[in-house]
Amino acid sequence: MSRNVKINVEYLTRVEGHGNIVVNVKENKLEDCRLDIVESPRFFEGMLRGRSIFEAQHITSRICGICSCGHTLASIQAAESAIGFTPSEQTTQLRKLLLHMETLDSHILHIYLLVAPDLLGVKSFVPLINTHNEVVRRALRMKKMCNDLCDILVGRHVHPISCIVGGFTKLPQEKELDAMMDLLQKIQADMEKTVELAATLKFPEFQRETEYVGLVNDSDEYPFLMGDVGSTDGHRVKKEEYRRVTNEFIVPHSSAKHAKWNRSSYMAGALARLNLNYKKLHPKAKALADQLGLKPLVTNTFLNTAAQLVESVHCVEDSIRLLNEFKEKGVDQKEAVSVGLNEKGVIPLKAGIGVGAVEVPRGILFHEYEVDDKGKIINANCIIPTSQNVNNIEHDMKKIVPEILDKTDEQITLLLEMLVRAYDPCISCSAHFLNVKFINR
Amino acid sequence: MKKTKVAFFDFSCCEGCQLQVANMGEALLDVLDLIEVVNFREVMSERSDDYDVAVVEGSITSPHGVERIKKIRSIAKVLIAYGSCATIGGVNGMKNNFELEDIRKYVYQDSAHHFHTIPTRAVHQVVPVDYFVHGCPVYIPEFVKVLKSALSGLPYRVPDDAVCTECKLNENVCMYEKGITCLGPITRAGCNSWCVNNGNICYGCRGMVTNPAQKGQKDILDRYQIPMEWIENKMNMYNKARENDLAEEKKNNEQKC
Repeated sequence: MSRNVKINVEYLTRVEGHGNIVVNVKENKLEDCRLDIVESPRFFEGMLRGRSIFEAQHITSRICGICSCGHTLASIQAAESAIGFTPSEQTTQLRKLLLHMETLDSHILHIYLLVAPDLLGVKSFVPLINTHNEVVRRALRMKKMCNDLCDILVGRHVHPISCIVGGFTKLPQEKELDAMMDLLQKIQADMEKTVELAATLKFPEFQRETEYVGLVNDSDEYPFLMGDVGSTDGHRVKKEEYRRVTNEFIVPHSSAKHAKWNRSSYMAGALARLNLNYKKLHPKAKALADQLGLKPLVTNTFLNTAAQLVESVHCVEDSIRLLNEFKEKGVDQKEAVSVGLNEKGVIPLKAGIGVGAVEVPRGILFHEYEVDDKGKIINANCIIPTSQNVNNIEHDMKKIVPEILDKTDEQITLLLEMLVRAYDPCISCSAHFLNVKFINR
Repeated sequence: MKKTKVAFFDFSCCEGCQLQVANMGEALLDVLDLIEVVNFREVMSERSDDYDVAVVEGSITSPHGVERIKKIRSIAKVLIAYGSCATIGGVNGMKNNFELEDIRKYVYQDSAHHFHTIPTRAVHQVVPVDYFVHGCPVYIPEFVKVLKSALSGLPYRVPDDAVCTECKLNENVCMYEKGITCLGPITRAGCNSWCVNNGNICYGCRGMVTNPAQKGQKDILDRYQIPMEWIENKMNMYNKARENDLAEEKKNNEQKC
């Protein structure tokens, strides 16, 4: 039977930011299939020009509320590299801990509040308050505990306060380390229940192999904060050469730039990281990956959510390890820095260019700054994971639509929304991003 | 009791203030006992054009945004501007430091013409606002106070003394004593000096007090030999869109004369 499908989802929900899905199938032929990014551009890169490099982190954290710590860390890495500052070992370890907490916080939000409603056949977590009260309470509790962890470490999760160029303006005291450990142990217990729940969820079937891109390194550590940029096709470049990876190009229908490396598109995020660094996962996380059937190369995009769950376990376990190290060695309070705009010249300056490449919840994030010898920003560039993923999302949509034409319009729409949501897209982040528009099918 | 219908909307922003709601934890369920959330795109697929209270996050930065906020205002009985981007323009205001054409070309080069943008405006600079929740991000205890006021039809008075008053109570060492510039002396309190408590400076995210102690501030700057332009430059990070208010004030005064 020949079929026409016209889908036009305006303002896709349960994603961060604004986007539309547009699909047009005419007599079984796919004529149009795209993800329109309709977020108002915010021009962060333009606004940064002329500001002090010591303000860059504060400003760019405001690109995104969900991954504000990730932006903070990428920004700081780029800034420190531009002015030639090397952070202390303690600072680096604390930054890793902060990044774990944000990844955990974001993954929990996505798994429980944004994806689970689809898998349980409801429109949001609100109806679940009645049908799955314990689950909702657990989700909100875990979210709050991640938040409380960030409160202790950096003042708050949304737009962290004490994490700046040069280090931390306030360092955790011993009793705060204890409080963090206590929270992590409670999260660990809730995580076991989360894993049990996840085992009962069924993700849609879909396969499309693509290039998976993320940080890689030569150590045993599953890389989030530092490394080179690598892909499952065996390519690897230094972070300074990130433009060779992203190759951004502008398409008329979206305010998010598109990206491709060695294939027509690539994927960043939890699934990409798992495909690249599976062997380096914490044993408990690896055991869960095996239980969920996630063995590289995983090519079902919907399983990005399952990969997030695996990473959540990894983040909890590795945070506990990091905390134990801090408890053993103690935190050197003398390392606390008060910088402001570096009025006192606490941190020496030089002109230069620096790149930050950090794995944030949705994938690899790049910041690049050029500064003059007074520390004033001359040029800035930020490439957000969702921007890198949009092109891959469209390629996924083009493959899946012809495979599901036997379904109703509503079912197709839902599957497409779920597909896009699987990427956990952060549209306001891509500052330059999501709604589903079916035109004609 | 019939629950009040509340809708959340976002304009140009990072959605971090909405996220602050999700960060309330299980306490959120108590709030949901009192209100019915009918729109919250970030976490819900349900939608409705029937609501009593609109909580609006973000600045108005596009012609489409102007139309959307006008429609929301025409439906909502009560409109709450939520977070710095909505209440004072916030970091989006920094765009107004540049010529629009220049900044569009810088970010989007030859494709700049695809991206429509207008100078950043706070929500009250486009439509009337009933309640203001300042902050980047909002401070949840204050939001809860405002929500209670809005639900019971009572006014909420935004603190109009300086952040320093709270900072002193929190026994922080003054940043100026450390030789570092801080916007605490001219910024509205209400955040419990959140940033200074954590060793950073005040960036002025809650907006300027209505009647800043200008002489006192000038004395501080003189004493610590801090050039005025440093302060102005810092103020421009969150408060650039304040110029729209000043222009409006000037226009009204001229009309009076």
